[in-house]
Amino acid sequence: MSSVLLEASGLSKVLGSGAAQVRAVKNVSLALRGGELTMLMGPSGSGKTTLLSILGCMLVPTTGEIRICGRAVTGADSERMAMFRRDYIGFVFQSYHLFPTLTATENVQLALDVRGRAGGAARRASRAALATVGLGKKLDSYPLALSGGEQQRVAIARALVSDPAIILADEPTAALDTVNGQSLMQILRDIAADARRSVLVVTHDTRLIPFASRILSIEDGRLVGEKKQARRRISTRRNGSGKRGTRS
Amino acid sequence: MPLSFILASRNLFHDRLRFVATMVGIVFSVVLVMVQMGLYLGFGDMVTKMINHVSGDLWVVRDGTKCFEDPSLLNANAQGTIAKMNGVAGVSTLLIGFSDWRLPSGELTPVFIVGSDVKDGTLEPWNIVAGSKDALAAPNSVAVDLTYKERLGVSQLGDTANIRGRKVNIAALTNGIRSFTTTPYVFTELTTAQNYIGIPKELASYFIVRLKPGADVEQVRSDIAAGVPKVEVLSSAQFAERSRSYWLFSTGAGAALFAGALLGVIVGTVIVAQTLYSSTKDHLDEFATLRAMGSSNRYIYIVIIYQALLNAVIGFCIASLIGAAVVYATREGALPVIITPWLMAAIFAITLVMCIASAMGAILRVVRLDPVMVFTR
Repeated sequence: MSSVLLEASGLSKVLGSGAAQVRAVKNVSLALRGGELTMLMGPSGSGKTTLLSILGCMLVPTTGEIRICGRAVTGADSERMAMFRRDYIGFVFQSYHLFPTLTATENVQLALDVRGRAGGAARRASRAALATVGLGKKLDSYPLALSGGEQQRVAIARALVSDPAIILADEPTAALDTVNGQSLMQILRDIAADARRSVLVVTHDTRLIPFASRILSIEDGRLVGEKKQARRRISTRRNGSGKRGTRS
Repeated sequence: MPLSFILASRNLFHDRLRFVATMVGIVFSVVLVMVQMGLYLGFGDMVTKMINHVSGDLWVVRDGTKCFEDPSLLNANAQGTIAKMNGVAGVSTLLIGFSDWRLPSGELTPVFIVGSDVKDGTLEPWNIVAGSKDALAAPNSVAVDLTYKERLGVSQLGDTANIRGRKVNIAALTNGIRSFTTTPYVFTELTTAQNYIGIPKELASYFIVRLKPGADVEQVRSDIAAGVPKVEVLSSAQFAERSRSYWLFSTGAGAALFAGALLGVIVGTVIVAQTLYSSTKDHLDEFATLRAMGSSNRYIYIVIIYQALLNAVIGFCIASLIGAAVVYATREGALPVIITPWLMAAIFAITLVMCIASAMGAILRVVRLDPVMVFTR
């Protein structure tokens, strides 16, 4: 059995105050294991993003505990939370959040730079990460010169380059067409195949279900279901060929 | 080159309009500070020009004398008393005062007479372009500056005019000896000066004391102060500083120059702060992304500080070119702007401090940044 990389127990989060107070997350416990691609699914307003923010050490839970790679996050201040993000987590965002004034390589390299890794080695690692996601020929392109699918792959390379234990992806395919979305999910699935790494994808797109090894359902801030899936081979076409991915 | 610097510079140059606006603000501010302080130095240099051209060790002045142009007078007989004191090698007399120059056309214009013993060279006209200082030894011979030739109605050696009913012969012409009061200087021999100013020979404006080698300066000063009533004994540096302080601060001229410079710093700080803040606000998504990626606050501060420093360096370089042009354009003007290497260094430091202080608003904005916003934008 793969090791637990992230463990959360009894998480809850109250947002707002007074009459506007909302319990966005209610008593959530979960574990992310190495080699898994976990999908967190639920309707809009179900608390997916709030839970992702807590698991990603961006938001402090009102109650509950998180341990990442055996280290307790609970009680950490904002700088220590940033340190946890640096050391263990890579993010992929729905709207990419690339830096428009930096090339693809520089965007990826930035993830290493904030970790204090600079120079030629960082540049080579960034180029290698881009090659891994199929962008070996777009190293010096600026984000505006890349398609949406390519931009999201740069974002994945940026999340991957520091070799984090956990990759958290928030609606990574929401801005992509089906072909690019499936191609991207295949990349995330390949990343999750590494037993040292766990990938959590937040989505409400049911077409992505085949890529998951485990599906968590959330409604009204509570986890209401968990489903494990056997790993299946999924055939997709990368690089936005225009053909829809097929499942076999 | 650090990636944080590359990010800072690309963000800075990305919005060209804002960059240009920032540069205009910084350059305006730095040039204003540069010119104001250059005028301060130029003015300070101009009001002490005569003192700095006197060759001597000590000035004996009437007590309470405020500046070189002060009309206070001494008893000329004290010259002999001072000359006999231990450590004194020689004493020269200077006589200064305002008078009226009558042009050949009959018009009158005020002039400032500077009388000295031409033979001992205590205070000679400099930058002589025609004639010679020795020619001033002849009675009623003067040296005037070419700057004022039209005002004085003379154009060449041998031209004549009249002061207090006495003839004036132009024996030498100088170039660049301007008066900050705009009243032309007229260099002449001591006796001629007494006639032109209308002061009896028993009175003098200053005694210039030359000391013997190895003389105890402080002892000579205290001997003169004790032996001659109602005088002060000053070194050239002390008298120059007193003159500078009087003209710059008693008249309010210095305060006005400093106020102008301070205004420049304030305007520059506000403009840079405003543009840096708005730039940071426009790039909040990027800073939030950096934060979400795990960057420390320090890393983000460094990016903002790099932007501020780039603003400072580029703005200072452009302002320096304009400052150099101003120095060149005013070099022969009534009040030249003087910019020394020390002034440049000080203004560069002020520019850096101004830009870094301006970054504080942007930094305070980023401190409040919530990385969670990356999920909602």
